[in-house]
Amino acid sequence: MALEITEVCVGCYACEPLCPNEAISAGNPVFTIDPNKCTECLGDYDKPQCAEICPIEAAIVDEIGDPLNPLGSLTGIPLHLIEEYNTTGTVVRN
Amino acid sequence: MELPVISNSAPEASGGGCSSSGCGTAPDALGHLPDHIRSKVQDHPCYSEEAHHYFARMHVAVAPACNIQCNYCNRKYDCSNESRPGVVSEVMSPEQAVKKTLAVAAAIPQMTVLGIAGPGDPLANPARTFETFRRLSEEAPDIKLCVSTNGLSLPQSVDELAKHNIDHVTITINTVDPEIGAKIYPWIFWENKRIFGVDGAKILIEQQQKGLEMLTSRGILVKVNSVMIPGVNDEHLKEVSKIVKAKGAFLHNVMPLIAEAEHGTYYGIMGQREPTPLELEALQDSCSGDMSMMRHCRQCRADAVGLLGEDRGEEFTLDKIDEMEVDYATAMVERAKVHQAITSELEMKRALKAAPKFEAEASDKPATRPIRIAIASKGGGVINEHFGHAHEFLVYEVDSVGHRFLGHRKCTAYCMGDESCGDGETVLGQIIKSLEGVEVLLASKIGFEPWADLEKAGIQPNGEHAMEPIEEAIRAVYDELAAAGKLDQPATAKAAA
Repeated sequence: MALEITEVCVGCYACEPLCPNEAISAGNPVFTIDPNKCTECLGDYDKPQCAEICPIEAAIVDEIGDPLNPLGSLTGIPLHLIEEYNTTGTVVRN
Repeated sequence: MELPVISNSAPEASGGGCSSSGCGTAPDALGHLPDHIRSKVQDHPCYSEEAHHYFARMHVAVAPACNIQCNYCNRKYDCSNESRPGVVSEVMSPEQAVKKTLAVAAAIPQMTVLGIAGPGDPLANPARTFETFRRLSEEAPDIKLCVSTNGLSLPQSVDELAKHNIDHVTITINTVDPEIGAKIYPWIFWENKRIFGVDGAKILIEQQQKGLEMLTSRGILVKVNSVMIPGVNDEHLKEVSKIVKAKGAFLHNVMPLIAEAEHGTYYGIMGQREPTPLELEALQDSCSGDMSMMRHCRQCRADAVGLLGEDRGEEFTLDKIDEMEVDYATAMVERAKVHQAITSELEMKRALKAAPKFEAEASDKPATRPIRIAIASKGGGVINEHFGHAHEFLVYEVDSVGHRFLGHRKCTAYCMGDESCGDGETVLGQIIKSLEGVEVLLASKIGFEPWADLEKAGIQPNGEHAMEPIEEAIRAVYDELAAAGKLDQPATAKAAA
């Protein structure tokens, strides 16, 4: 079992020092988790620390690719507005 | 010593002119501070309105991680062409940051201050932040170090801050009420858990207040930043101002919310509106009391370089500084000379202002009303910018006895180059809109077309005071209008409305 960092990572270093297994390394463009070291924090913390502090929705996913912080879960922005922003780079208000 | 230009007293209910309002951070408004504090801020552009015309600052972006989320921030901070807090072109290592600082300090001797302000929270990146401070305090002892923080990790960092001789700390405090906090901060990261809503906001507020008390009890200067969010915390900030002042903060900086949909922030996407310049001024006036309010903040990037109104970051990118050879020992001698020259000039100006003046006897002339005057300036405290090149205008309120600095109005320059002046119509419209409440505009030069449009909008353009000191020019303009009887009546509604 191991978590993975996706391409939406902004490389902010928040997760790196928190990992109890030192499994996270800085990378360009995104950080990576060493699957051989990651324990998903079992035995150390209630929840995986990288996902607890990560500010970017959908940046950390589990083995089957499900995000630990789904879209909208951290900001509270409605999904249709996130989608509009991600496709057009803005949100048009009426 | 009370000087004639500025009053530090609380505004009267009427909210009238200069004589009835607390002033900004003009030198005189800092006059009530003890000498040892005053000497700490007089060359700090972010703490002294006077200093910001002459001294420069820089931020190094060594702190990308954050431990909270704010609804006005988008953590996708990589952005090269916008001017707002929390964005940077490149995050750097402490090693690179030190190199950049030495290169800038040598090239811009007016640079007195190095701050770490993000693009995350400096104290959420303690190793990177303190490594940078430790090395700079050794290698560049003539540079002041300062830091700004959301306050969550502040109590545990106070000892370390004191160790590196950091005597200026800015805490962003937007509220003291967890219910309001939950509308600004969706979550915090605390003791290995993400905590949402009111519970998270409550912890954040407690840590901010505790940190503030710990810093002031050690004599570390604290400035409090607050973001004015209409309908969320605007009224509440008056209470915040009273509380932080009582706890020893010496300067309060109420800044307008920046919320464009393109920035991708919660507030931007959800359509939370920004305050207008006049709403901001009114709130700053109500907060002022006898505490100094900062009016000259430019809400700069977390990697800004130069005078507050400018950004010279492009000249000091990592690849460019790699090629620079810096002899800091020599640079420090040159820097000391430049600082001494500026300080002497400022002291002379202060002495002139403080000198006894011939006071006109109370006349039976009718009282004249205060007006707002906008200035185009590149720095140095003089009117030295063309209207078409200005990216911002400094706004002063002037009345029969004095003046006070109200703030700046940002804009897109009317004349972006030889070719785009013709496209200036919409740009001009926006500039005029940004000058709401202003009746006179002074620039070193103003073109024919914008001249006519400004006049039409009720703003009198004036190029006669080019290269004059701002304070002398606004006094002369006011006195001339008053003598002509143009300021006897209450201001009429302007065409700009």
